[in-house]
Amino acid sequence: MLMQAETQTDAPTDVPVLALDGITKTFPGVKALDGVSLRLYPGQVTALIGENGAGKSTVVKTLTGIYQPDGGEILVDGAPKRFPTAQDAADAGITAIHQETVLFDELSVAENIFLGHEPRGRFGLIDWAAMEAKATEILRGIGAEIDPAHKLRDLGIANKHLVAIARALSIDARVVIMDEPTAALSHKEIQELYELVETLKSQGKAILFISHKFDEIFRIADRFTVFRDGQFIADGKIADVTESDLVKMMVGRDVSQIFPTRNNIPGDEVLRVEGMNHPTEFADVGFRLQRGEILGFYGLVGAGRSEFMQALFGITKPSAGRVTIDGVEEAIRSPADAVDAGIVYVPEDRGKQGAITALPIFQNVTLPSLGRTSHKGFLRLAEEFRLAREYTQRLDLRAASLDTAVGNLSGGNQQKVVIAKWLATQPKVIILDEPTKGIDIGSKAAVHEFMAELAAEGLAVIMVSSEIPEVLGMSDRVIVMREGRMVAELAGDELTPETLVRHAAGI
Amino acid sequence: MTDTTRFIPDRLQSPLQKRLKSWESLLLLVAIAIFVANSFASPYFLNAWNLSDATFNFTEKAMIAFAMALLIISGEIDLSVASIIALASTAMGAAVQMGAGTPVLILVGLGTGLLCGAFNGVLVTRLGLPSIVVTIGTMSLFRGISYIVLGDQAFRGYPADFAFFGQGYVFWVITFELVLFAVIAVIYGMILHMTNFGRAVYAIGNNPTGALFSGIRVARVKFILFLLTGLMSGVAAICLTSRLGSTRPSIATGWELEVVTMVVLGGVNILGGSGTIPGVVIAAFVMGLVTFGLGLLNVPGIVMSIVIGALLIGVIALPRLWKMWRAQ
Repeated sequence: MLMQAETQTDAPTDVPVLALDGITKTFPGVKALDGVSLRLYPGQVTALIGENGAGKSTVVKTLTGIYQPDGGEILVDGAPKRFPTAQDAADAGITAIHQETVLFDELSVAENIFLGHEPRGRFGLIDWAAMEAKATEILRGIGAEIDPAHKLRDLGIANKHLVAIARALSIDARVVIMDEPTAALSHKEIQELYELVETLKSQGKAILFISHKFDEIFRIADRFTVFRDGQFIADGKIADVTESDLVKMMVGRDVSQIFPTRNNIPGDEVLRVEGMNHPTEFADVGFRLQRGEILGFYGLVGAGRSEFMQALFGITKPSAGRVTIDGVEEAIRSPADAVDAGIVYVPEDRGKQGAITALPIFQNVTLPSLGRTSHKGFLRLAEEFRLAREYTQRLDLRAASLDTAVGNLSGGNQQKVVIAKWLATQPKVIILDEPTKGIDIGSKAAVHEFMAELAAEGLAVIMVSSEIPEVLGMSDRVIVMREGRMVAELAGDELTPETLVRHAAGI
Repeated sequence: MTDTTRFIPDRLQSPLQKRLKSWESLLLLVAIAIFVANSFASPYFLNAWNLSDATFNFTEKAMIAFAMALLIISGEIDLSVASIIALASTAMGAAVQMGAGTPVLILVGLGTGLLCGAFNGVLVTRLGLPSIVVTIGTMSLFRGISYIVLGDQAFRGYPADFAFFGQGYVFWVITFELVLFAVIAVIYGMILHMTNFGRAVYAIGNNPTGALFSGIRVARVKFILFLLTGLMSGVAAICLTSRLGSTRPSIATGWELEVVTMVVLGGVNILGGSGTIPGVVIAAFVMGLVTFGLGLLNVPGIVMSIVIGALLIGVIALPRLWKMWRAQ
């Protein structure tokens, strides 16, 4: 096995510029990082690999002073350091280029590059001429043809990345973190980025490269580190491993959670989606769904799954497509239309989209069902409490009273309120978007149990999930999406962690 | 499964208990205190006819304030209400010049209000513009039209029976306006606190995204709220024009802020999401009593607005100061 390939013999002789040692970070209900280690060497590109939720973003935020670790050490040149603020991390020579790079649209390119460390002239005033000259020099150094006087707003996404890189160089960074830098770039721009990475390497900078794309990793990385579920799994040299080795390390062998056993015979077709298109988010999505079926949607973050589901629910407007429910074509222009048609959506973002946290539980549950609990438009509180009680009891909700604000509940119980809200409308199709993200193990199992129960009662369930064990454990059938398109539809024996990851990453 | 399920009570506190600890109770105490203070300060205060006159200080503004309360609870605002009064009054004045009778004047007043409300509503809900910006714009626009039509002139010559709305008495000292105020208060109280529509208003104000994702037709609800605010401005325009008996373009200048003050004083969160109609009713009385009491003491208008401003900040800051003091 290739695990723990790191030994004295294949380690570079240098001391790591930056090392994480046993870093732990806990959020309410979730252990995001559990004693992870990571080493970055000068002049080397280290790829950080892991599934969604493996802890990659948390590591980046720890390294850049945004999160404070609960335990473990950060070592710079072998000496322990702390980064109480982002500025401290920058002072230590660490800079990050994020997926959505944090730059300022209304400032000029030069101002963006030098913000916070502008060249000063007499009286401590900004030396604008020096700033523009230096900016030009840095931009030329990375082969970017950008006028430093332009406002950032006028630049394309690729050039914005270059400005971010120029900024990294201007603070004389020793460690450059690139978090999915190619996600928004064209093929040609990606090639240019590779060259730039080579340049940075030759200048002796340590690079942490986060990517889901294996071709990229094998093209430019020297070393790799794999995380899974917030834990360190392995690291070593890229030259010593193959793609399938990395996939195995990423997904692991054991599906540790226990999922309810289900043996349904799917019933009649309830939902048919044909040729759904959106100008930017997804293209050509179509599938059928039967009563009693659980259909999983797997893909990487940004694959267009949530965007598609929100179009199906009437939040965003698709450019084309047909939705048929029980053989009747439905025009869904708003969530209200979707609910009327029998499609409901449990969103990923509970606090903002799922629940109205300041309102009490019973009002959240009855909100889409007021038409049934009221009489001629007038509220009937007794009816509301009855309906709320019926559905929250089914979900085994834990709360002090039905009059308690939803915001006072734990994440798992909030999720139960959102699900109860939709079940009370007696839907035909329920879409669950990352239904167990960020909730504790106990509630997770309850939600899984309940999903199986709903399917057994004949409800058609669509589950968007980035957790492979959940996708495999719950789904009858899985559609994999990549870059807004359906790339595979898998069932039965085809459903393995490896096939999911391969299709999702496009290898 | 049911025997392991824990029973969750509907409520821990009865609605009455909640109400006793509410903002409205505090405000009611303030109102009583002002009433008592006024009756000691001036011998003319405790006079039925004087008190009846005093209600004109708030009835027209309060009619708008009820609709504004719903709008602010939903997270929007309409700063053009006073300008809608000017435009509606101007339209009625113009109709009088063309020989319109009282029924037509009422339709013109209400229609102008509705149209202005619809215009604001379309700009906010269809184009997605922020309501504070839209209605600052229409505030200038509506009154601007009034100025163009009238210049330094005034419309007069309203029919005699038109005077009833602003000057008529229903019974003894009870004015028509006071009765209308009470009826509108009850209607809005019922809309906000007893209907599905009112529930949607609270949901939108607390979390517009969550409301949309819960199947609420958010844009439709907001549009209706702008219509209602416009309509109530039309009603206020009829009452005020009838009371003054003439229309000048400067009519009701500055009322938008007094209406918003009344709403906020009534305990409506300026950021949306919470507030009640009873709160606004009490706030209307508080503002009316303060203005009237100071008027009896011959306090000049500018000092009155200082007092109202201080009252607003004081009543809103006190609970927060109280909390900070208790936290120490």
